Parts: sequence; C-alpha cells; structure tokens
Amino acid sequence: MANDTFSPGVVAARLPASAYRANFGDLHPPLDDHEARVAADRCYFCFDAPCTQACPTAIDVPLFIRQISTGTPLAAAQTILSQNILGGMCARVCPTETLCEQACVRETAEGRPVEIGRLQRHATDRAMAAGPQPFTRAAPTGKRVAVVGAGPAGLTAAHRLALLGHEVTLHDGRPKVGGLNEYGIAAYKAPDGFAQAEIDWLLGIGGIRVVAGQRLGEELALDDLRRDFDAVFLAIGLAGVNALEVEGEDRENVRDAVDFIAELRQTADLSGLPVGRDVIVIGGGMTAVDAAVQARLLGAQSVTIVYRRGPEEMGASAYERDLAASKGVRIITHAAPLRVLGNGAVREVEFAYTRPRGDGGLERTDQTFRLLADQVFKAIGQPLEGAPEGLALDGRKIAVSGPGRTSLAGVWAGGDCAAGSKDLTVSAVAQGRDAAMDIHAALMG
Amino acid sequence: MANLASEFVGIKSPNPFWLASAPPTDKEYNVRRAYEAGWGGVVWKTLGEAGPPVVNVNGPRYGAIWGADRRLLGMNNIELITDRPLEVNLREIKAVKRDYPDRALVVSLMVPCEEEAWKAILPLVEETGADGIELNFGCPHGMAERGMGSAVGQVPEYIEMVTRWCKQSTRMPVIVKLTPNITNILYPAEAARRGGADAVSLINTLNSITSVDLELLAPQPTIDGKGTHGGYCGPAVKPIALNMVAEIARNPATAGLPISGIGGVTTWRDAAEFLVLGAGNVQVCTAAMTYGFRVVQEMMSGLSDWMDEKGHESIAAIVGRAVPNVTDWQHLNLNYVTKAKINQEACIKCGRCYAACEDTSHQAIAMSPGRVFEVKDEECVACNLCVNVCPVEDCITMVPLANGERDPRTGAVVGAGADWTTHPNNPSVRAAG
Repeated sequence: MANDTFSPGVVAARLPASAYRANFGDLHPPLDDHEARVAADRCYFCFDAPCTQACPTAIDVPLFIRQISTGTPLAAAQTILSQNILGGMCARVCPTETLCEQACVRETAEGRPVEIGRLQRHATDRAMAAGPQPFTRAAPTGKRVAVVGAGPAGLTAAHRLALLGHEVTLHDGRPKVGGLNEYGIAAYKAPDGFAQAEIDWLLGIGGIRVVAGQRLGEELALDDLRRDFDAVFLAIGLAGVNALEVEGEDRENVRDAVDFIAELRQTADLSGLPVGRDVIVIGGGMTAVDAAVQARLLGAQSVTIVYRRGPEEMGASAYERDLAASKGVRIITHAAPLRVLGNGAVREVEFAYTRPRGDGGLERTDQTFRLLADQVFKAIGQPLEGAPEGLALDGRKIAVSGPGRTSLAGVWAGGDCAAGSKDLTVSAVAQGRDAAMDIHAALMG
Repeated sequence: MANLASEFVGIKSPNPFWLASAPPTDKEYNVRRAYEAGWGGVVWKTLGEAGPPVVNVNGPRYGAIWGADRRLLGMNNIELITDRPLEVNLREIKAVKRDYPDRALVVSLMVPCEEEAWKAILPLVEETGADGIELNFGCPHGMAERGMGSAVGQVPEYIEMVTRWCKQSTRMPVIVKLTPNITNILYPAEAARRGGADAVSLINTLNSITSVDLELLAPQPTIDGKGTHGGYCGPAVKPIALNMVAEIARNPATAGLPISGIGGVTTWRDAAEFLVLGAGNVQVCTAAMTYGFRVVQEMMSGLSDWMDEKGHESIAAIVGRAVPNVTDWQHLNLNYVTKAKINQEACIKCGRCYAACEDTSHQAIAMSPGRVFEVKDEECVACNLCVNVCPVEDCITMVPLANGERDPRTGAVVGAGADWTTHPNNPSVRAAG
C-alpha cells in the first residue's frame, strides 16, 4: 500500500507525485513587467532612503526602483549588483520584512511596504536572462588571493577581487560551491537550480579558479595558503552543530536540521526523501522554520517547532513564523527538551515549560508534556569548527577588526565565521565585498 | 437630493453632464445607450457637408500617456469629423431625438468657411428636431489643413462671420466651440459674442505629440512610419481648460455669455470646478472613452451629494460662484503670510519635502537625527512645493500668520492687505509718487 501523510515512521512518498513540484515551487512568483512597474510606482524615492540604510549592502533602492519604473531593468540590476553581486539570491532569501521593507516609509504609512525584494528579483532576473554578469575585469595586478569557503561571503569576495584584477583561487570543502546558498536555504526560496545558475553567472567574471572538496585543516593548511598567496580570505561558515545535551539524543531519527535541509536541497526527486509523520523541530531560528516548513511540504502529518524562549526572542522573524503557521506548522514557545524517548528510534520527546531566571537565563519548571515524534530535527545553532590555530577568536568566532582583518597579517575573514556577523546572506555579502576592497587596498599599497 | 436639472441656452436636460462631440456620439447606437446610462445630453459628432464623407486613417487614431498602472492621464487623436454619410446621421439624430425628448441633443457642425455651405446644412439639422448646433472651430488636426476647425477658430473675424451667418439662418441656439490653440482665449470668445453666439463651449483639444516611438523615431500614433500632431484631451488638459473658462467668465466683454465647460472632466469634482468657474454645464469625452458610459452615475451622485452638503439647490445656484475669487496677480494680498507646517504625527519620514526644498527651493526645511523634518520659518517663503510633493495628504499645511504677527523671514509685521498696485517696489507707484 502506498504511503500517505498518516503512515507511521520516517517514510518517503507521502504525497502524490504531482504535489512536490507545487509544494517546492516559487514561494513568491516573479513580477512580470507590468506588475513590476505598478509595484515600482509605489516607491516615493525617499531622500537618504531608510531602505538603503537598512540594507547591509547599502543598495540604492530608490534608484533601482526608479530604473524599473522607467523600463530599464538592466540599469536597475547594475545598481543592485554593483553593491551586491548576489542580489539575485538576496532578493529571494533576505528577510526583507526586518530590513529594507521594514524601513520602507510606506510600511509606516500604510502597513504595506514597497515590494523591494520582489522588485530586486525582477531586475536581477532580467540581468541574468540578458547574458553574462555585466562587469569587466581590471587589468591584471599579478596578485594572487586565496578565498576559503565558497558561500555568499567567499563568492562575493572572489568576484570583487577578480573584478579588481587579482587572480583568485576559491576553495570549498563540499563537492559543490555555494555554501548555504546551495546547501542551506529552503528549496522553495530558490527553486529551479537558481543557486548554481547564479554562481555560474558570477564566475563568468573570469579570473576565479574553483577548487571544490578541499577543507581547511584537512586538505588545506592556512600556513600553506599564506605562503602561496598574497592574501587569504576565510569565509568558512559555521560547520559545527550544537547538541541538545539531553537523554536519548542519540536515538535513531534525531538529526541536525542543517543536514536535513542540505539533503533535501541535493535531492532531485523529493518523493524519494523520507520524512516522519510526527516531526518536532527544536530551535527558533530560520533553520528551524526552513526545516519545519519543508517537513510539512514533504507530507509530514504534524510538525511542531518547540522553542525555549518567547516568540519575540526567536531568530525567525514574525513573517517567517507566519509562513510556518500558514503551512500548518505549530509553534510552542517557552519549552525545552528533557528527554528523547523511544525504543531504538525516537517515539516521543518530553519537554518542560521554562520561565526566565533573574539573571537573564532560563530555568525549567516542573510542568512537563510529551509530544509524539518519529523524527526530530535539532536547530539550536551552529558553532565555528575547524578554525586554524593561531587565529585570535572573539567568543566562538574569528576575531576581526575593520573590514574583516584577523589577528594574522594577510588574512581576512568574513561571513558567518567572523565575529559580529549577523548570520544573514546579505550581511555575508557585505563582509565579503568590504574585505575584498580592504585586501585590494593592502595589496596595491 | 439636489436638483441637477440643467437649462443651458434654453436647452433643458435632466443633468448638466453632456457627452462632447466625439466618437462616443457618432451614431444612434451609442447615443441611445448613453442616454440610457444617464447622460443629460449629447453633442452629436461633427457633421460635414453633403456629399462624399471624409475618410479616416486606418492605423491607430489615438495616442496616450499613462500613469504606472496604465491609468490614462492624457490622450490625443487624429480622427476627423464624422466619416458617415450626412443623411444617415440626420436620420439617426431625428429618430433619437424623437425617442428621448427630455434629453439634450446638439449637433456639431463643420463645413467650409462659405456662407452657402452653412446655409445649406442648417435647415437639414433643424428638420431633425435637434435642440441646437455647436460650431466646431476647434479641431486642430486634419480638418484645419483644409481651412476648417481650428483654422477658423484661430481667426476671430472668421468666428464672428460664421457665427453671424448661422444666427441669421436658424432659430436654433448657436454654441461656438473654441480652440485653445491660440494666444488669448478672450479674442475668439469676444468674436463669438459679437457674432451673436448664444454660448461658447471650450476647450477643444490641444495640439500635441503625445509620445515618440524610439524604435521608429516617429511620433505616436504612428501611421506607416509617420505621425502627425493630434488633439490632446483628458485629465491632463483640465487646468488649461479651467483657466480659459474662468477668463471668459470674468472678462467684462464676455461676462454672462453662457459657457459649456469641456476639458478633462473625469469626476463630479472636476465638473463642480467648471461650474463654479462659470460653466453652465459640462461636456465629457475622455472619461467616457476610458471607462464607458456608466461614469456619469458617479458624476451625478457626487455632484448631488456635494450640493446637498453645501445647501445648493440647483445647478443655476452654483454656476459662477467662484468667479469673483478669480483675479489678477496684481490684486493678490502681498501681506498675507503663511508658513508650511509639518505634522510630525502624520509624517512618514520619506524626506521628499526636504529634498525638494533643499535642492530646488529655499532651504527652509531642516533634517534632524531620527529623520525629523521641520520647517525653518525664517527661510520659508510659503511656496507650497513641500505640500505638493508630500505623499501624505494634509501632513504639511500652510498656516497663515495672524494680523500683528511678525514674519520671521522678512521681519515685517502682518497687517492690512496690500497688493502690487500699491507696493513701493512697483515702478508705476514710484512714478505716481
């Protein structure tokens, strides 16, 4: 008998084959030319615009929207891409509701901002459809830069450095480049192979040699890179995962949400990807929402996010929480796991309600409850892993000053691995770009 | 509910909304449907002399400019007068008028500038039972090249002459439709009055090129690679029309001459503005062409509600009510001082007022941390640009200084009214002194 959403256990093909395409299609369909002009007309072309100030990459939003409204989407794309070469991905994944669109004066005025994200996508889609990336490399400088980590920060730095005439070698530990763009973003935010298409387009600048499958601390050593290159940019992300540190955590079907998301992104036929009937996601950030929503979209019957603090402290924005709710995900706050129960595989998770402690911490109360679970995803944050010896740390991340300068001469760092990062694609882009400009200044003296 | 009944040069209609002479009124089918939709009257699309009718282009006849959501803001056309045979139009006019005796039906005419031509067509129109005629001295394209339309309307002597011919030859009221493509609307209006016109109607369309096809490098609408100037109409021309209507209404030589107001009337509010500036009724075309005949329902309900709210019982009671407040610049009170005031509660902090004032005006708005925008009274000349660019209605207002207050910009104390005619900087005042 075929599986359905009621089938117990962790099984594949819970949904009719046709459902997957619809479920994992574009969350927000693209604006056509007319829709874009109508949406663009709502922009007030603010002075010293709040949206631009709210953008980590400081895209001149009013200008690019005006360029769309006058029928020049390629000029709009140039405005975007000159600040943010991953403007296409950012248009899809940025939490605009907490960045540019939150700052939009029409949000203030009417509670309905200009659709900046979708307009940015309109322009960048046109640019990618129009042909190769639109920048031209400067004359060769003869300088060589190693970029380690081909996620948003590394890709951006590589592009900017290549643009400035340097020779870049871009290393990544995974088989495919892209970092979280390729392995970490919910599938419905960037369907149809967008991440790889954007990377191919970006690499069209030339001057970037991609070396995949080489991990710092394994195939690569920082000392060698410092010796062989004029500068090194580390954008190695956060490869570790935090543990729940509760009894029964090692039971079968308890896994890290990031692995589930990565596996999902690399699965061509999603009907073949097993998912539980009753799924629990522990955590409160974007990763928790991405895992929970995608579990539902794969056909899980019940999906519950359990977060130990209150909703306002969740890393996931109100918009993301609403998205989860709209997909049928239940969110329980103020509860922390006590035990993972089951015989071999997980069957239930026991939680305790929490309350704030005077010192800002949390404590478990005596009130407990159990939730059915045949699959548990842990999404309680990722620590830095594999930072090379000799690099000063700031807390649990690589210490940086200014535009990504580390404690070692000739070594810069940016993106999620660097202290002060905001765990956002767009912040990583800004750091990669700014570090590249600083490297350029240092190399050219 | 206010009484919208209208009487214009003796022609009665249940409301003051007439359809202007144009494609919407070019045949019986349309006009019947317009009456059914509620229009008080129509001016039948311009008839020409008997014989082979004019021909129209077979490519696009209209150009347009739009807002972002394709809201039509202005339109032009290169269509000529009716291209249907005269006898067909006359037969249809007669049938329609017979069936709708309570509605106004005026026939627009354009024949060569020869007395015989006018004398030939007038009895034919009279025989239909139509309520009146409108002399089309306005069309700026095509027919003007043949010595008709605006070619007549641009020469006051011709207007006077043709109007007189018509008045001498028909019992019907004669409305003279004026072209705005002149330097001063008073000359043609005065000529019409001298010729005995019962009324003037204005404005006809403005000469225009709405846009250029940047691929073909040709004006639009483009006919086989070429374009010509056409007549511009729609919401964009309303301000021009309002001024011309007001000028005629307040000019001593034309005061009291009935005016049928035309030019971009799109809503009841537009109509009310024309009426209070001296128009006895209004004619509409582009709004109907854009939205269909049903728009008249909004015009009727809106005008009626406004009249009720203000206690106006009839159309006649509102016609011209704003005319006494239209004056020359020289009579404006130079001691009337206002200052822009920004309502901080309503402000959404877009900064458009700041950019406009700082870049292009008087540097009279300060921007403080937190995007707080405030007017510097000592710099503000009260130009109103900030009000115009502010996206929030009533967020910025112009607040008058009271008598006795000192204007922080000039140091002068606001006092009794004084205008340019008595101002010491006026050379003629100095000469007299």
